[in-house]
This record gives sequence, structure tokens and C-alpha cells, in this order.
Amino acid sequence: MIISLDKAWDIAQKYWPSFMLGVRYTLFLAITGTLAGLLIGLIVAGIRALKVEQRDSFLVKVLKRIFAFVSTVYIEVFRGTPMMVQAMFIYYSFRSTLHWTPIVAGVFIISINTGAYMAEIVRAGIQAVDIGQTEGARSLGMSSFQTMWHVVLPQAIKNSFPAMGNEFIVNIKDSSVLNVISVTDLFFQSSSVAGSIFKVQETFLVTAAIYLFLTYTTSRILGYIEKKMQPKQTGRAGA
Amino acid sequence: MEQPIIHISGLKKSFGDLSVLENIEFNVYKGDVVCLIGSSGSGKSTLLRCVNLLEVPDGGIIEVDGQNILEGSINVNRYRARVGMVFQSFNLFNNMTVLKNCMIAQMKVLHRSREEAEAKALHYLELVGMLEFKNASSLTLSGGQKQRVAIARALCMDPEVLLFDEPTSALDPEMVGEVLEVMKRLAKEGLTMIVVTHEMGFAKDVATHVVFMDKGVIAEEGSAEDIFQNPKEERTRAFLSRYLNQ
Repeated sequence: MIISLDKAWDIAQKYWPSFMLGVRYTLFLAITGTLAGLLIGLIVAGIRALKVEQRDSFLVKVLKRIFAFVSTVYIEVFRGTPMMVQAMFIYYSFRSTLHWTPIVAGVFIISINTGAYMAEIVRAGIQAVDIGQTEGARSLGMSSFQTMWHVVLPQAIKNSFPAMGNEFIVNIKDSSVLNVISVTDLFFQSSSVAGSIFKVQETFLVTAAIYLFLTYTTSRILGYIEKKMQPKQTGRAGA
Repeated sequence: MEQPIIHISGLKKSFGDLSVLENIEFNVYKGDVVCLIGSSGSGKSTLLRCVNLLEVPDGGIIEVDGQNILEGSINVNRYRARVGMVFQSFNLFNNMTVLKNCMIAQMKVLHRSREEAEAKALHYLELVGMLEFKNASSLTLSGGQKQRVAIARALCMDPEVLLFDEPTSALDPEMVGEVLEVMKRLAKEGLTMIVVTHEMGFAKDVATHVVFMDKGVIAEEGSAEDIFQNPKEERTRAFLSRYLNQ
């Protein structure tokens, strides 16, 4: 393996605008995909966690069951197939009707893909919240929705913050598969650069360095936020 | 004859094949402090949880102010707001301050304004001696402090009855006193309470009515004096002698 670091440095300098354009798309996809995915995950997991109760009306029971079934199918399908395949299938299925651009389709695909993972992450977070929190809220007359919204979900989000941050990092990397539908992300730009100068190795060394910088910086920032979220233990520990 | 606040009769509950409550029958009148005593597994806590519908009974009736709450038509959330509950494990909301713990249900369930809810919360936090901790996170409190806040939180809803499920069982011994003090004060002020407890001293001093449960049935009930001085049933005597000789 012969690789010239000087060459790589030259390429980085010369094609910096191309790489940065790619970084912008990559970060845009990762951020919007993670946030929209989080929203989807919260809604799906939140509603899934509202169990069918004996006292629910018939309609509510039916709705809860239908939602549980649909959401299970959604989660299994999107976690069980590669995002690259989802991208191809969804983008080309709707291109003629929606006339969407690759980036719009890309945001949509990464969002619903992330949503499926987030739903499972939030579910685990909800399960980690002590049942006593729910009983406390219900005993005060709060409805199951109010209990979920004001008491359980905020704690579930806190519990699962590390896993959610991890999804963000995964998205920085995995958004690269969206190049199959011509989203001009960092990977796509790198391929163009490499193709135009026939220097694949050196170009992708630069690409790797940029991805690593993005993920490492992100993980440090997330680690800092995580630390900030810990409550300050000032008083005595509870009995 | 005065109408009881709570009238329970024929109450049944089982978990799978295990029958935990059988044919429970008793009344609670306004201002009563009813203590439910008995060994672990005798069904006391389940009975209490049935009263506020955290457990759904299999049969029987629970009438509150003459209305059967086991009928489908009642609004469970409205009902629960009238019957407060204090848990063994406190169950303060970990994501809120002490003050917010006492305000959230007032605002969301009773639709009180923020000002009204806050005034009420401050009033009851003062009553339980936790006013200075109003801005603390509930995670930073000791067990005794948590339980006092939990009592204030329940009182904020102006409940007609307050249910206590072994409120001191999870506390370090030196913190039991501060919680029992608050409960005695509430009893003196005429609050109707049903208390599941292993604190025989408290039951003796404060209870207007003592119910001894054994294996899912009410084995004996009466005034504190009846139960503690002249228990009629052999199993009541056996239970008490085990407790009082400790």
C-alpha cells in the first residue's frame, strides 16, 4: 500500500470547498434525521406504552391495538432492512408522484429509519422508569396521557440520552449510504473528487479524517451534555 | 345513622389462582383513622390499592359518598383526585422540584391556576415542615423528607380520604418519627385516613378503628382498645404478641 500524505494534504486544500459542501449535507442529514427521528420515536413509543386498560372504551381499545400492530410492523421493517435498500425503494417509488429531490427524499428516509430505532430506545427508557412514578401520578388523578407526558417521558428521555446521542453519531456515518440516491453528502463529494483526479486512496483518507473529526467532536459534546444532566447530589442520599 | 364516606362490601380480588382478598366488608366514617394491621401478605396493601383503583377488584362494591366506584360510568381520574395516596416508596416525581411535585396535579387535574396551586403547595409544605426545601430536586431528599413531601402533595388535592400504604416501612428508624408526627397532626385535624401500618404504637395512639387482616380476610376489627387490650381471636393475639414483644 503506497499512500502519499503530501498528496492527501494537497487534495484536502485544493478540494476543500467540495468537501465542506459535502460536510454541510452530511450534518444537515444527521441533525434533521436525528431530531425528526427522535420526534417519531417519542410519539410511537409514547403511544405504544399506553397499555389497553380494562376501563377503556371499546373504540380506545381498538385504536390502541391497531396502533400497537402498525407500530410493531414499522419498527421491525425499518430496523430489519438496510437503509440503503429503503432509500432506493422509497425514493424511486415516489419520485414520479412527489417529484422530490434527492435531499428531500434523503431527509425523509433517514428520519423514518432513525424513528424506528428511536422508538425502541425510548421504549427501553420508559421501561427503566420506576412503576412507582406512574402510580404516584395516577393516584393523584392524572390521566395516562398526562402521566406519560409530564412524568414518564421526561425521565425516559434522560435515561436514554446516551443511546440517542449514539444514534446521532451513527447518522453522521450512515447518511453516506444515501449517495445511492445521489444525495450530495460528504461521501458523494469525495467520490466525485476521487473520480476526477484518479486518487481514490488519498481522497478517502481525507474523507475518513473529516468523518472522524465530526464523530469525535460530537461524542465529546454529547459526553459533556450528559455530565451536565446529572443532578447535583447535595443532600443526604434517600433512605 | 351517619352515612359512611367509604362503604366496602363483598370485595374480592385474586392474582391468578391466588386469592388475596375475600369478602371484605367495612366502613369508614368521616374523621376516622382506620389502621389496617396484619402480617405481610395478608392483603392489607392490596385492599388499600383497591380503594383507589390501582388494583381493580374482581367483585364486590366500594361505595364512596354513596356512589359505587366499581361501576363503569365513573371517571376514575376524577375519583382518584378525591382519594389521596401515600406510598411506601414515596413515588415523588424525580424530574421535578419539591414545589412542582405539589403543583402539577393541582394544575392538570383540578385545573387550578398556577398562583392558586403554588399557594396551596406552599401552605402544605409548611405544614409538613418542608417549606425550606421547596426548590430542591426530590432526588436530593432523605427518605423522611420525601415522605413528608409526598404527604403534602396528596393534601394539595384536598382529598376526602387519605390512604397510607406502609408510609414508614422504607424509612431508616430515625426518620420514622418525623413522618408519624405529621400523620398524628393530620389525624388530630380531623382528616379521614386509612393507614396500612406495622407501627403498632401509632395504631394504638391514633386509630379510631383497627382492622386486623389475616390471609385475605378481616379476622377482627374494633376500636384500638378492643384490639390491643382485649383481642378476641386467637390469631390476633398471636400476631400482636409477636409484634409487641419485639
